[in-house]
Amino acid sequence: MPARNADLFAAFLALGVLLVGLMLVDTALSRRLDEAATRQRRAIVTTLTLTDLCLTTETRSTRHPSLADLHTPFQDHPLALDRFPSGSLMVLPPHLRPREEAR
Amino acid sequence: MRRALERQRHILDFTLSSLARRRGRNLALLIVYTLVVFLLASVLFLAAALKREAALVLADTPDLIVQRLTAGRQDLVPIRYVESIARIRGVQAVEPRLWGYYFDSLSGATYTLMVSAALADHPGAILIGGGVSRRSEPGEPARPLGKGDVLPFKDADGGVLPLRVQGVFPAASELVTADLVLVSATDFRRLFAFPDGQATDLVVRVRNARERATVAAKISRLHPDSRPVLRDDILRTYEAVFDWRGGVIVLVLAGALLAFVILAWDKATGLSAEERREIGILKAIGWETSDVLLMKFWEGAAVSLCAFFLGVFLAYLHVFFTSSLLFEPFLKGWSVLYPRFRLTPQVQLGQLAVLFVLTVVPYTVATIVPSWRSATIDPDTVMRR
Repeated sequence: MPARNADLFAAFLALGVLLVGLMLVDTALSRRLDEAATRQRRAIVTTLTLTDLCLTTETRSTRHPSLADLHTPFQDHPLALDRFPSGSLMVLPPHLRPREEAR
Repeated sequence: MRRALERQRHILDFTLSSLARRRGRNLALLIVYTLVVFLLASVLFLAAALKREAALVLADTPDLIVQRLTAGRQDLVPIRYVESIARIRGVQAVEPRLWGYYFDSLSGATYTLMVSAALADHPGAILIGGGVSRRSEPGEPARPLGKGDVLPFKDADGGVLPLRVQGVFPAASELVTADLVLVSATDFRRLFAFPDGQATDLVVRVRNARERATVAAKISRLHPDSRPVLRDDILRTYEAVFDWRGGVIVLVLAGALLAFVILAWDKATGLSAEERREIGILKAIGWETSDVLLMKFWEGAAVSLCAFFLGVFLAYLHVFFTSSLLFEPFLKGWSVLYPRFRLTPQVQLGQLAVLFVLTVVPYTVATIVPSWRSATIDPDTVMRR
């Protein structure tokens, strides 16, 4: 007897739920497995007094966003919009926003 | 109970057959819908994993970094500031940091050069990150640098300073060390003709974490040209990363929103003539209004649940198994050195629940509402139209 559509759909949903469950299990396992590597990175940060993650090496403002220069629109010249692609993923750190800077 | 379940199965059977009859249209809908969920889930997963990584790895970053501003730009800090800052109550230690950027014209890469006390007695030696070890010069076969290799640097006078690699940071640390080159203070000052008595910035250790802000305020009063950056500021930097206001994120969210508006609009403006006739026939052969609504509910739920599970699963593979292949060009930008890292998966039920509510619920509701109108009118009228 051929499988009914409803049963196939239920099987697909069960597979979806199973995959979501596996993602959660993978998250928990990976955390445990990556613990040593995370500790190692943390130790390097402490020893070398590092301040930022190396997500990109494109520009100072995205390589070390927490220590970057103050961002002022058009600070270099009129129409000087951010021309670095990495700047389109990372926003201005809260402490470098003009209102915060005035605290 | 068994009877109710059987009724649902029959209606679902019919709904899926009905969807299969309009295969092309529904497949296109499923692909667009899956793409929307995939993009949203990718942003959500990547942002959460990065935030978690930053919170864990940068937990012991310096309590306070003191920079100096001249004419609105970051400038070198006089080392004499160390003494006055060290006298502030609550300050445990103050150390100058020497670091900067070096553009390697041979490979086109930019390194972060930093002085390490461990190399104080080893002038001429360097420790490099994984990204630096992978540098390559045009026309030369790519070969990773290792212990004993020599890397030539051009100093401020135009001379060449050859520095020997003493070690490479482990691959697992690339997220913080990819572009790092540790050098001795002597080599650093020679490379950049760095003036004596100056530092890039100062690291301040504060005894009591609750006093950090007070100490920062005192430093600002003592040296009005200084800018203290607190550890909390550094951590908040990564809390804000991938904020919805980021350029690409706005595009992704706007695209997703637009796609949803189109999908919802398509559904809410009413059913096609074929769909209306189908409802009329079903009612004429004895289906109740509630059966028709149930069928439409299953239709919306089937499409949106398929798109949800497919989108979430593909996003998980994308972010944690391909290192965010789609976002990589943005992070890489014009840079030559690119860190290779695999983020620890960070998926929580709460995230998935938010995504579910934002994507599945609106579409399912948008499918039922117009059906309600058609299902409540006379079947004869519907079929005659």
